[in-house]
Amino acid sequence: MVGEQEMAPPKGEPILELKDVRVSFHTYAGEVRALNGINLTLYKGEVIGLVGESGCGKSVTAATIVGLLPENGEVKSGQIIFEGVDLLKKSKKEIRNLRSTKIAMVFQDPMTFLNPVLTIGEQLREVFTIDKKRLAQAALDYDLRRLKEEERDARDEAQSAKIRARIAELEGLRGNPPLPKRRRRRHVLDSLAAEALKKMRIPDAERIITEFPHELSGGMRQRVMIAMAIARDPDLLIADEITTALDVTIQAQILELLKILREEFNSTIMIITHDLGVVADLCDRVAVMYAGDVVEFSDARGLYQKPLHPYTQGLLRAVPRLTERPTMLESIPGSVPDLIYPPPACRFNPRCPYAWDLCRQKKPELLEVEKGHYTACHLYTEGSKRPSPS
Amino acid sequence: MPSVHGGIKTAQPFIKVVNLKKWFPITGGLFGRTVGYVRAVNEVSFEIPKGGTFGLVGESGSGKTTIGRCMLRLIEPTSGQVLVDGVDITNLKRKQMAPYRRMMQIIFQDPYASLDPRQTIKSALLEAIRASGEKPSATDAFARAKKLIELVGLNEDHLYRFPHEFSGGQRQRIAVARALATNSEFLILDEPTSFLDVSVQAQVLNLLKQLQKDLNLTYLFISHNLSVIAHMSDRVGVMYLGKMMEVANTQTIYSNPMHPYTHALMEAIPVPDPAIRHQREILHGDVPGVVNLPSGCVFHDRCKYATQKCKDEIPGLDVQAPGHEAACFYAKDLNLQPLALYQKS
Repeated sequence: MVGEQEMAPPKGEPILELKDVRVSFHTYAGEVRALNGINLTLYKGEVIGLVGESGCGKSVTAATIVGLLPENGEVKSGQIIFEGVDLLKKSKKEIRNLRSTKIAMVFQDPMTFLNPVLTIGEQLREVFTIDKKRLAQAALDYDLRRLKEEERDARDEAQSAKIRARIAELEGLRGNPPLPKRRRRRHVLDSLAAEALKKMRIPDAERIITEFPHELSGGMRQRVMIAMAIARDPDLLIADEITTALDVTIQAQILELLKILREEFNSTIMIITHDLGVVADLCDRVAVMYAGDVVEFSDARGLYQKPLHPYTQGLLRAVPRLTERPTMLESIPGSVPDLIYPPPACRFNPRCPYAWDLCRQKKPELLEVEKGHYTACHLYTEGSKRPSPS
Repeated sequence: MPSVHGGIKTAQPFIKVVNLKKWFPITGGLFGRTVGYVRAVNEVSFEIPKGGTFGLVGESGSGKTTIGRCMLRLIEPTSGQVLVDGVDITNLKRKQMAPYRRMMQIIFQDPYASLDPRQTIKSALLEAIRASGEKPSATDAFARAKKLIELVGLNEDHLYRFPHEFSGGQRQRIAVARALATNSEFLILDEPTSFLDVSVQAQVLNLLKQLQKDLNLTYLFISHNLSVIAHMSDRVGVMYLGKMMEVANTQTIYSNPMHPYTHALMEAIPVPDPAIRHQREILHGDVPGVVNLPSGCVFHDRCKYATQKCKDEIPGLDVQAPGHEAACFYAKDLNLQPLALYQKS
């Protein structure tokens, strides 16, 4: 069982804040209003889940944060504050720089993001080549390690003393190590790459770095992707449906890995998924999205025990479970709306069993209904004015 | 509706699969010599009573889809029998096969690929109705098409539309309507909801259950999702690398799993309830390739209970308890605990 302590939302300092973010896509059919003003706050060290059905805007949210919206996407308004700076005001180059150092992202299909003609080692080495400081440091460590081994195996005292002198000399460089020469660089990089893979609990890392992506299984590729993403210790890791294409037993392995990452590296992780089970397993807090809105935002326990928004309630009831075998599942009637002509006001109103006139006239705001439990639904603010169903 | 909950077997099951085997040859070299086999399905047997649902569950590459296709002879099995109402259909001639082809239909995973994008729904349904062997007049055929589309919860207007105008859930409904157009009695549902969102998946699963009740249909439900299988099936078969590892009634298999693989598979599912977030046991390693199957028990290299015997000998799918079969030497001794969440209920 998991202790209470882990469940409590960690209220450190906020690392990422989304304020009223609106995103549209321009298509031939019209303007697709993919994000309809969303507000979210992430705190340092927490694992947050973004959950919803296809087309609800969860991946668009991620793409907006990392500045990877496609050409036809446009941020209409809002702010994305990351460590105190508005990302939307930054230039492409600055965002790009940020992606390589502070915000990392892993996607659903590793095969599209790994280069098929380069070995895993070559691709991982690239990550470390950019990081000159780390490279120099690693080269120094690498040399020291080897020298120490040599010293242990030294033939006589004279040789040993010589090596010790060399070690002392290198130790002196620690503050400002020089970049290794090109010839030696490769060894250093390989050792860094193997180390990164070992962090991902990849057995036989030295062999894996010589292999090509197609030689690895899906789960292994996903681990390589995560290794690459966290290689430079990002402050925020965004994982977009990373277990969707995997078998359940492999999914369980990856989820376990993410748990380790959180504990060992204290990373802030944003998990995007449609699987309510994955979220329950991993996340401290969960945001439920529907048609471009965050409809509910709460700590995981509260959300599953007492879902407030009618959509969340419906979604949780629609999942078949191992524990119960009802004759029929409860489903949400209808389907996800067309976002070119979204329903007025609350976008869930056409499918909502409780909807009344107000829901078609005024968009509900995301408000704290219970402690730490936010929802955007008129039922909790104006519910008393709702005409009783005749 | 005949029930198999108590493990009662009727004298002759409606569908019976006996030692079904499908090996795909791997050819190589200049003359296309066979250099090896992909052993997709290996000696699989099960039966489905009339009106029942048999669920086949397994990870990718376990051979569940191959079984479905072999049963319809969409691909020819290497050996083994498929008995429908006592008749072995694997050796039937083309003409003799025709009535069985009408009776047995399949619904595929991807509703975006299984409907012809240039055909209206009406024309797709009429084609299937005409293929049913009867020669109905144009008005009768249309009336049937209308009835079918209403049966799956759509209406007449939808008949005049093209597939691209429908959502995934609606398309899957249309696929069901088309499968029923030939008065079929047996449906193979090959991952029918894995492309759909949860809320829509529930609608389609409900529809399938309702239709089964109303029309006394027999289902083979193939899925990788244990929860969906649990919801739909009376009896479940767990597959791994082309082998049946365990077969039992749904209640039994979930409350008393006897094969370590079944147990591990259930442990691996994330439960949508953080309150029962438990320390799971993780199955290590990957599914090995089907070309070079592990020796002995195919699961031994991932099984934590494996012994030397498991490496050397192949366990048979033996009856461990009435109506409960498992292919493990130690099925009775392992005493695998049902999941904590199961004990809760």
